[in-house]
Amino acid sequence: MKPFALTRPQDIDGVLASLAGGARPIAGGTNLLDLMKEGVYDTPSGGMAPLHLVDINLIAQAGLDRIEESGKGGLRLGALARNADTAYHPLVRDRYPLLSSAILAGASPQLRNMATNGGNLLQRTRCVYFYDVGVPCNKREPGTGCPAKHGVNRQHAILGTSEQCIATHPSDMCVALRALDAVVHVRSSSGERDIPFAEFHRLPGERPDLDSTLQPGELIVHIELPDAARFVEHSAYIKVRERLSYAFALVSVAVALDLDGDTIRAARIALGGVAHKPWRVEEAERELEGKTASEAAFSLAAERILQGARGWGQNDFKLTLAKNAIVQALQTAVRGTAYARGEKE
Amino acid sequence: MDPHQQHPIRLRINGQDREFDVESWVTLLDLLRERAGLTGTKKGCDHGQCGACTVLIDGRRVNSCLTLAAMQDGHEVTTVEGLAKGEELHPLQQAFIDCDAFQCGYCTPGQICSAAGLIAEGQAKTIADVRELMSGNVCRCGAYPQIVRAVASVLELDAGALDEGKPFTTGSVLV
Repeated sequence: MKPFALTRPQDIDGVLASLAGGARPIAGGTNLLDLMKEGVYDTPSGGMAPLHLVDINLIAQAGLDRIEESGKGGLRLGALARNADTAYHPLVRDRYPLLSSAILAGASPQLRNMATNGGNLLQRTRCVYFYDVGVPCNKREPGTGCPAKHGVNRQHAILGTSEQCIATHPSDMCVALRALDAVVHVRSSSGERDIPFAEFHRLPGERPDLDSTLQPGELIVHIELPDAARFVEHSAYIKVRERLSYAFALVSVAVALDLDGDTIRAARIALGGVAHKPWRVEEAERELEGKTASEAAFSLAAERILQGARGWGQNDFKLTLAKNAIVQALQTAVRGTAYARGEKE
Repeated sequence: MDPHQQHPIRLRINGQDREFDVESWVTLLDLLRERAGLTGTKKGCDHGQCGACTVLIDGRRVNSCLTLAAMQDGHEVTTVEGLAKGEELHPLQQAFIDCDAFQCGYCTPGQICSAAGLIAEGQAKTIADVRELMSGNVCRCGAYPQIVRAVASVLELDAGALDEGKPFTTGSVLV
């Protein structure tokens, strides 16, 4: 790693002042240090060079590592709570088994012990061209080109791509958060605001260098989960990958159903591994309302969700895989919530 | 802001208080190996993918290559050197020997620290859980069945289930 400055403020105001001055936050460090070792932040694109890292772990005492009731049946997940502590928290397991399941499907136990909830949202793509500083990449160095479109793109996006970028967002946790309509609460030295999860991550468009709508100087403080009691009995996270564990998703599906017998009252379907952000088509969910839970209805929904999808060669198989995974996830959820390993078996 | 600034830190490593002055970019792994003289912890990929650098910080298993030493000021670190009590091996160390759970041995310190963390976490109830929850540690010699057997024996799980050959899924379990 190239030399950089590191400061460790004791309070949130100190952190916010550093961020306002252009520092980059480090919490778990699992993705940031990985990228810094690869030299990704040394590229000449200016703003990305982390000359100053601000360690935000010391402000956990301000409650940022807590998981607590938010009232009205919801939960507040502290940005500094670790992924493992979130997944195994009794309130999360009982009320949001979908979220537990998704978190435990990602990374390794060591990484989940380190990685924070805020950091999970802000992790960068694992596109090989983004990581390889010897080749062009519009996300790393805007305007240089995208070799992935005609290169190694088995892992890449099939929905919401642009001429500039076909990278995917790598998170499992975020796919569940999207299905659960989470809200991201952020603070800066000039105020605070709530960002609905649908608006937190963005599509690449002409600015693939921007992964999210978080503004310079803003810090994620917590993630709010609205009440999801009606989905507890019928949710599932299905992750399809190259090996059984510790690999990024080719396609993943988070499903939550509210059923009245075999009639669908409400459905939530979010996809990972297919786009620059967790992918959700709310019209497809509304079309399922009032229908009988059946393979035919689920296939129709899958077709609707994949509308406009296109492959880039090596990832053409994802078009079929995604549809099948959606149907399988919905069928699994109908049979009853599928708990993650180590949970209720 | 001086990028070459030295950070004075104090760590409790394997029960001993140690003080260091470190630059910001020194990882905990490099501190352990290059400055604390504890070379039991291994550098494999240096990117959090192989698990060879696994140590316990305040009893929790982490990849020491992906955390900065300066960020661990005041914390307690346990490495493979800190597991045995004098001449008496840690049960996991003994189990790795008894089960022949290594060949070249390079991944072994990380495997054993990871297994110690796994046991402390208390989430592994079955052999399949052990396999899944040891997935952050790669063994290129392929001693996985023996490693799982060793960890399962310390957890007193039914190792007979090892031979069922039943495939398992991660994330959600399809039943």
